[in-house]
Amino acid sequence: MSNVKAFPTSAKLMHWLSAVLIISMLFLGVSMIQSLATWQNSAIKLHQSFGVLVLILVCVRLVNRLFIQTPALPSDLSAMQHFAAKATQVLLYVLMIALPISGWLMRNAAGLPVSFFGTFELPMLVSESIASYSLFREAHGIIAWSLFGVIVLHISAALHHGLIRQDSVLPSMLFKFRSPK
Amino acid sequence: MSNSTPNTIIIKKRYAVIFLLIAGLVFGFLYAAGLFGGHGITAQQFVNLQENNKPQFSFRRAHAKGVCLAGEFVSSGLLAPYSTSEFFQEGAQPFVGRFSIAGGNPLAPDLAAPVRSLALSFASESGQRWRTAMNTPPVMAVRTPEDFYQQIQVLTPDPATGKPDGEKIKAFFAAHPETAAFNQWKQGYTATTSFATEQYHSINAFYLVDAKGQRQAVRWAAVPQASAQAMAGDISASERDALQLELAQRLENDAVRFDLMVSFADASDDENNATIAWPAERKTINAGTVVISAVHAQSGAACDGINFDPLVLPNGMAATADPILNARGSAYAESYRRRAREILLESQGVGAQQ
Repeated sequence: MSNVKAFPTSAKLMHWLSAVLIISMLFLGVSMIQSLATWQNSAIKLHQSFGVLVLILVCVRLVNRLFIQTPALPSDLSAMQHFAAKATQVLLYVLMIALPISGWLMRNAAGLPVSFFGTFELPMLVSESIASYSLFREAHGIIAWSLFGVIVLHISAALHHGLIRQDSVLPSMLFKFRSPK
Repeated sequence: MSNSTPNTIIIKKRYAVIFLLIAGLVFGFLYAAGLFGGHGITAQQFVNLQENNKPQFSFRRAHAKGVCLAGEFVSSGLLAPYSTSEFFQEGAQPFVGRFSIAGGNPLAPDLAAPVRSLALSFASESGQRWRTAMNTPPVMAVRTPEDFYQQIQVLTPDPATGKPDGEKIKAFFAAHPETAAFNQWKQGYTATTSFATEQYHSINAFYLVDAKGQRQAVRWAAVPQASAQAMAGDISASERDALQLELAQRLENDAVRFDLMVSFADASDDENNATIAWPAERKTINAGTVVISAVHAQSGAACDGINFDPLVLPNGMAATADPILNARGSAYAESYRRRAREILLESQGVGAQQ
């Protein structure tokens, strides 16, 4: 059992950065696939480039987890709550990785590379095929909606811990701004 | 709640705060996803209109009928000072192409279609891509996707009469004076007997970007090297696939060639308005020759899996802010998504309707 009370600053920083990036990308994604507006073309390019950033960020977070001590959950949680907390975390990571990768694959299956802010192109992972495009395109949508659902659960649970139970869980991911006395 | 203690009231208020935050987030997301409308005309509505309640399983929603092409673009190198794109350096680049006719019916008679198209897709080994979808009209009738939606609406046959409403069409064109250049083209245009003798236009303008990052707005046209002639004697005018048969016959003798003529906008041209033709005296450069050497039936051939999205541009080219051009991206993507899903289902032996 670890005895730290909070996540280290590195983990907090990356958590909140991913939160902002991923939630913006989810909102952008569902809007841009319908939009006929002029911003749509730039949005697709930004969506790809930030998707690459998210993928890198999630990998760095996973590696970082091997080196940091994470705070234990409160001991008065039921076994069920304990399981739900762990399962949600695993699911979040799985979806955060699967989402950008399915986007990468759907581009490649449509014969197009993923460009990173116009500086370089990611390698092509699969060859051109309209049937596999469909598979990855539909997966990309389903994963996006699932990730949004799990994020809603995650935020609800965090707020429940912070506002109702008032235990150590929410503060473990918040930055402390102590005013000097 | 007479027995509520101050503490339970605070807890209830906190539950209310959580509920409101979560409800706001979920509502915002559903709104962004368009579940409550409010985003104007969407790509989905556009493709629905093109399908007109009769989606053709696994076919493109617009320009459903066509043939796949193979060939190369022999670049003259004359465009290289204006664009860093490797496709414009002197040399040959292979492409996958497609000739098609307008409309959602994959069995439509070739010679009845009002519009013909030539689409090209380039893929270089260094990862550069360029796709262009060119049509016989040199300009759009209208300037925005909203107006274009209306235009298709009034041109769609009324289910009661089986014909579009002539009065509505008149009223639409009267209300849209920007349709003048398009109508002028339409009146002067006579379809030829071959895909190979039509002129195909980019319609929208694009930027060429040079090594210094300077942008020049251009439009281009594929201008046929062959001249129009009477239909070959053995192809009847009532033949449904007349243009496809003619093309196959023609290619048995020789390749089909087009000059890619690129016109440069000057300061008085608005590159974001596709309804106005640029004067013929604009500087025009022959960027090279499009050489078509082979034709294949589209089903299962290379071009069938390609979404000819004109916003797929290489380094050295960029999209203008033309609202029609930018709307093509998501509308094409929605048509491609639907068709891809049908092809996937079909490959799994599910849901084949036709």
